[in-house]
Amino acid sequence: MHLSRPARIVLRVVAWLGLAFLYAPLVVVAALTLNTSKNFVWPPAGLTLHWWSQAAHNDGARSALWVSVKLAVCAALVALVLGTLLAFALQRFRFFGRNALSFAVVLPIALPGIVTGIAMNAGFRQIGFDLGFLTLVIAHATFSVVLVYNNVVARLRRLAPSLEEASADLGADTVQTFRHVTFPLVRSALMAGGLLAIALSFDEIVVTTFTSGATGKTLPQWIFDNLARPNQLPVVNVVATAVVIGSIVPVWLAQRLAGGDSAGRPVGR
Amino acid sequence: MADAMTAGGPGRRLSRALHRRPRARLAALLTAPVVWLVVAYLGALAALLATALFSIDEFTSAIVHKIGFSNFREILTSSVYRAVTVRSVGIALAVTAIDIAIGLPIAFYLAKVASSRVRSFAAVAVLLPLWASYLVKAYAWRAIVTPSGGVLDRWFGGTPGFGAVSVTLTLAYLWLPYMILPIFAGLERLPDSLLEASADLGGKAGRTFASVIVPLIVPAIVAGSIFTFSLSMGDYITVRIVGGTTQMLGSVVYANFVDNLPFAAAYSVVPVVIMFVYLSLARRTGAFENL
Repeated sequence: MHLSRPARIVLRVVAWLGLAFLYAPLVVVAALTLNTSKNFVWPPAGLTLHWWSQAAHNDGARSALWVSVKLAVCAALVALVLGTLLAFALQRFRFFGRNALSFAVVLPIALPGIVTGIAMNAGFRQIGFDLGFLTLVIAHATFSVVLVYNNVVARLRRLAPSLEEASADLGADTVQTFRHVTFPLVRSALMAGGLLAIALSFDEIVVTTFTSGATGKTLPQWIFDNLARPNQLPVVNVVATAVVIGSIVPVWLAQRLAGGDSAGRPVGR
Repeated sequence: MADAMTAGGPGRRLSRALHRRPRARLAALLTAPVVWLVVAYLGALAALLATALFSIDEFTSAIVHKIGFSNFREILTSSVYRAVTVRSVGIALAVTAIDIAIGLPIAFYLAKVASSRVRSFAAVAVLLPLWASYLVKAYAWRAIVTPSGGVLDRWFGGTPGFGAVSVTLTLAYLWLPYMILPIFAGLERLPDSLLEASADLGGKAGRTFASVIVPLIVPAIVAGSIFTFSLSMGDYITVRIVGGTTQMLGSVVYANFVDNLPFAAAYSVVPVVIMFVYLSLARRTGAFENL
């Protein structure tokens, strides 16, 4: 588009201000991890690495991190299977209830987390299912299905059916066509969807609160419990900062992988 | 290819059977996800609705399994609950409006103006904050808006303090990436040739934006708004951190969860109804394809 020079400059300034808005609070958190005072005092009273070494030796944080990673991966795997099946069914077939189904798959993420959380809590209770890691995986997988589904559907819509027909014409059967033609074409969409599912699960606290058992707390739950304790505040900030820094490489990699294919879109929804 | 050909056997037979029966193929695809959605999710929603019709014994706080509409009557007639509903919807709408206002120029700049190097850098920059704990970000906003000694107070000499304004700002901040991402994806799919055609026909930048770009990315904006609206309306954590005494739908549901589950369930039907209306309208724009 032919924008005038001033228009470009204004747009650039607004965009970078917006990005600054996204990062300003994170900078505040990172600055507070180096603060000598335990409280949120601005500007930091003095600088120290004390909290970083404390966080490194915090067993609670480490085991919670492990629970969160396991949970995110398990839920994403379930969501990958269910979301892909659904995407193929809804994209390739016309059948009774198709519209209702495509509405139902959006619900778990479109309804507020507290509704999903309380509903699943009531559901598990009514059938006498003990809350624990398994119920967490079920809950997280349920709201992650739509992320995989959307990514795969978007890819299938752009995928020419002639490719699969060509494969069949050359003598490949259904399974071979899927393995050698369809799957490689949707692989990056699966990666993007799976990564989004992991990201969402990793930071989920509302549904988690209502579907977790007494033990095996996730990282957001550990953070929630410890934010209320003034002594732990700086350690929590360290953990959060470390998670952001640690996710730079995977996010960047995913962006490269997803951006490299014909879709040309980032790990968007 | 050769390995798969020779691997044949049962796989080959299965393929042939599936190829001949499209209905069987559909059933194979649908069974697992439909059973999962119906049992794990719709079943749970039904359980919630059933619970909403129960009540509790006033003395023992035990759930009385007798069907009645007393919870819904209280929600509809009490002015307190009506005010909470209106406030929650108002905050959710304000958050959505702010996120569109900030997100649209960012997405537009990234998709159509920035160089490809800046674009891939900035796309990571938009995604990255999603990995920072939501709770920690909310607490950072607490540090920012705290009345005495907060960042705003120290550096800018004024702060909205704890209340609805800070809740709106914090939520708008938290959900901004959820608005930028679908709009960015929608704009990237928009062919540049359309914009050039508009320019060739004499459309200035402003006219092109209003008459070509906006109508085409409305579905993407609506898709983003589903997240910003829904996530804001059901919030109970942010409002506890920066809201002072402000009450929202989520905080009422959460507060009643332990002592009066039937009432909590009934009140959570309110956001469900609002979201059903919102989603039905959103679906007509084609927003579901942009989620």
